[in-house]
Amino acid sequence: MTALLLLPPLAAALVGAVAATSMSALVTRLSGVLTSAVLLATGIVLLAHRGPVPALGGDLLRADPLSALMLAVVGAVGLTATWSGLAPRPGQGARPAATRSERRYAAFVAVFLGAMSTAVTTDNLGLLWVAVEATTIATAFLVGHRGGARSVEAAWKYVVLGSVGIAIALLGTVLLYAASRSAGEATLSWTRLASGDLPLDHGLVRVAVGLAVLGFATKAGLAPMHSWLPDAHSQAPAPVSGLMSGVLLAVAFYAILRIRTIADVVLGPGLVRGLLLAAGLGSLAVAAALILRQRDHKRMLAYSSIEHMGVLAVGAAVGGPIALAAVLLHLVGHGLAKASLFVVAGRMLAAEGTTTIADVRGLLARRPDVAVPLVAGMTALLGFPPFALFFSEVAIVLAGWRAGLGWAMGLTVALLLVVVAGLVRATASMVLGPAHPAPGGAVATAGAAPSAVPRSDDHGPDRGPMTPLVLALGVTAVIGFVAVPVGDVLARAAASLGLS
Amino acid sequence: MSATAAAATQLIALAAGALLVTSVLVVWRRELSAQVRLLTVQGVSLALLAVTIGLSGPRSARAELVVVAVLVLVLRAWLLPWVVGRRLRAGVEAGDAAREDGARLNPTAGLVAVALLTTVAYLVSRPISAGVGTGSGGGTSGPAAFAVPVGIGMVLIGFLLLVDRRRAMSQLIGFLVLDNGIATVAFLTAAGVPFAVELGVSSDVLLVVLILAVLSRRMHAQLGSTTLGSMTELKD
Repeated sequence: MTALLLLPPLAAALVGAVAATSMSALVTRLSGVLTSAVLLATGIVLLAHRGPVPALGGDLLRADPLSALMLAVVGAVGLTATWSGLAPRPGQGARPAATRSERRYAAFVAVFLGAMSTAVTTDNLGLLWVAVEATTIATAFLVGHRGGARSVEAAWKYVVLGSVGIAIALLGTVLLYAASRSAGEATLSWTRLASGDLPLDHGLVRVAVGLAVLGFATKAGLAPMHSWLPDAHSQAPAPVSGLMSGVLLAVAFYAILRIRTIADVVLGPGLVRGLLLAAGLGSLAVAAALILRQRDHKRMLAYSSIEHMGVLAVGAAVGGPIALAAVLLHLVGHGLAKASLFVVAGRMLAAEGTTTIADVRGLLARRPDVAVPLVAGMTALLGFPPFALFFSEVAIVLAGWRAGLGWAMGLTVALLLVVVAGLVRATASMVLGPAHPAPGGAVATAGAAPSAVPRSDDHGPDRGPMTPLVLALGVTAVIGFVAVPVGDVLARAAASLGLS
Repeated sequence: MSATAAAATQLIALAAGALLVTSVLVVWRRELSAQVRLLTVQGVSLALLAVTIGLSGPRSARAELVVVAVLVLVLRAWLLPWVVGRRLRAGVEAGDAAREDGARLNPTAGLVAVALLTTVAYLVSRPISAGVGTGSGGGTSGPAAFAVPVGIGMVLIGFLLLVDRRRAMSQLIGFLVLDNGIATVAFLTAAGVPFAVELGVSSDVLLVVLILAVLSRRMHAQLGSTTLGSMTELKD
């Protein structure tokens, strides 16, 4: 069982190395899918495992139920994004060998997945930091993959803000290490720091935890450090946007959850609760304000990710077994729904040549294969039943109400309603309408259409496998009802964070 | 023994002073190649700090810290300034500016801001110095908690550079000052992070700098300039 912990990083490294060197187009195409499948399978096996927590190499690798759940989520969202991102099979012998750019792309996707799997299965906070920063490096190339002024701008802002933010988290990690060293046992092991056995200096831990939460919150896209997120997520290729929005934010949030436990044990819940509540409500407010007047579909999805990170932060601020289990359910549901939506957005961009909301009309009549998953995904994202986000949002709000945070929950619900209004309006305007626009609108469409044809190669294919989207949204729809295995898994994962 | 300890303290103070002075000079100088040379001096000072802390610390950790000091010397005093300097020369040959000409603060205002930030650093590092200085529970106290404000000050100066400067390469230099500040805090409070983590952190920093160098080349190719003001396409 312990050897299994080595499988995800090793598989990712191997697949990445093969994808970078192999000339075979098949290897390049399937490398992301293969890596994700390994991650998902390992995560599920670790989730099913009962008994002592598997650990390897001292404090380097360790997979408690929360780690296993996160690994499975990374795998599942990765599978959704990479599988549905596969281009339709090229004609016979059309593309015999993978180009250099394709190979680089495939290798960085594998490295990205491997870094995320390491981040969630390590017990060492230093290694967690290194892995999260490695995701910044891998995704920097992926964001800039398409080339062009906008990609460079997005990638520059992403790397500078991401690295500076995460550097603050490193400072926090260093100070935690200093605190443990002063307490007699120099360690960065999360289990040791959160055990409560070490007489850590309160003042030092307070500073360290504040800095670490602030740093990882930057990477998680929480307000007020979110400004890189809409740029990076809207400029990256669709599967990468799906991965970044769906799981990279969640992995950074996972780091906050771990830090939060240490703070709870050493200082009590006050400090981190205040920070998370402020960041969560701030993110919801920013997202609500900008979604309402958003003109670009992909940016709108990116702001929706900020909104959902805000919900997660509010849930984590509430704390307690119910809210934490709901946070984890929310994380799963959001990851799958958002990855599907970004893939759909990529196909829409390829088909329409634009992501400007006002330029897209009558999608349901013209392209039902794009419009149906768009509507289904939006329904999931907005938190309508039967999708998982409905249950998680209700559970977080109710738990918060019971915990005496009624005002914050009222504000959360109000901001969520604003977001719903904005997203419904934008989606409806894109999906509904006649197949052939009225003569007045035809000018704009005719102007956009010719430029879309030669550019369609830049944006990737406008068609692709539907199975992963059906699976992802199907899982989001039923997971809220499958109480017996899922509820148990979530409860065990939440319990590994301590019941405070 | 006390003579050695006093000498170690003096050396630590010297290295910390050099770190702070070089950071201040980076704010003052506008010539980018001069800033890169200052980064080299900063890397050497950081390595001196690491080796002093290593040799004055417990015998068991000595070898590891000396290796870390060599790593710091190679990475921060040679490799990173070399990467930045190379990109800078290539940019100047391609017609890019060799001076930071878009800073928001003039040199005098910059120095005043640095003075303020250093004061703030002394105030905010009080809990840190207190926490590592006492060594509660019979633990080891930080090797040189008295100099922690220098590290925090460097972090704040790094932020100032990132906010104030408008050239891509100046921002990169600001990021490196920030990162050197964090390394300084790590050495002063905990004699450095564990070796495996130090290796990971070092390679991450190197990769970030390489990426930013590549991006600044692309920026110059795409936009014809490396001022951040030229990047205005993405907004709501």
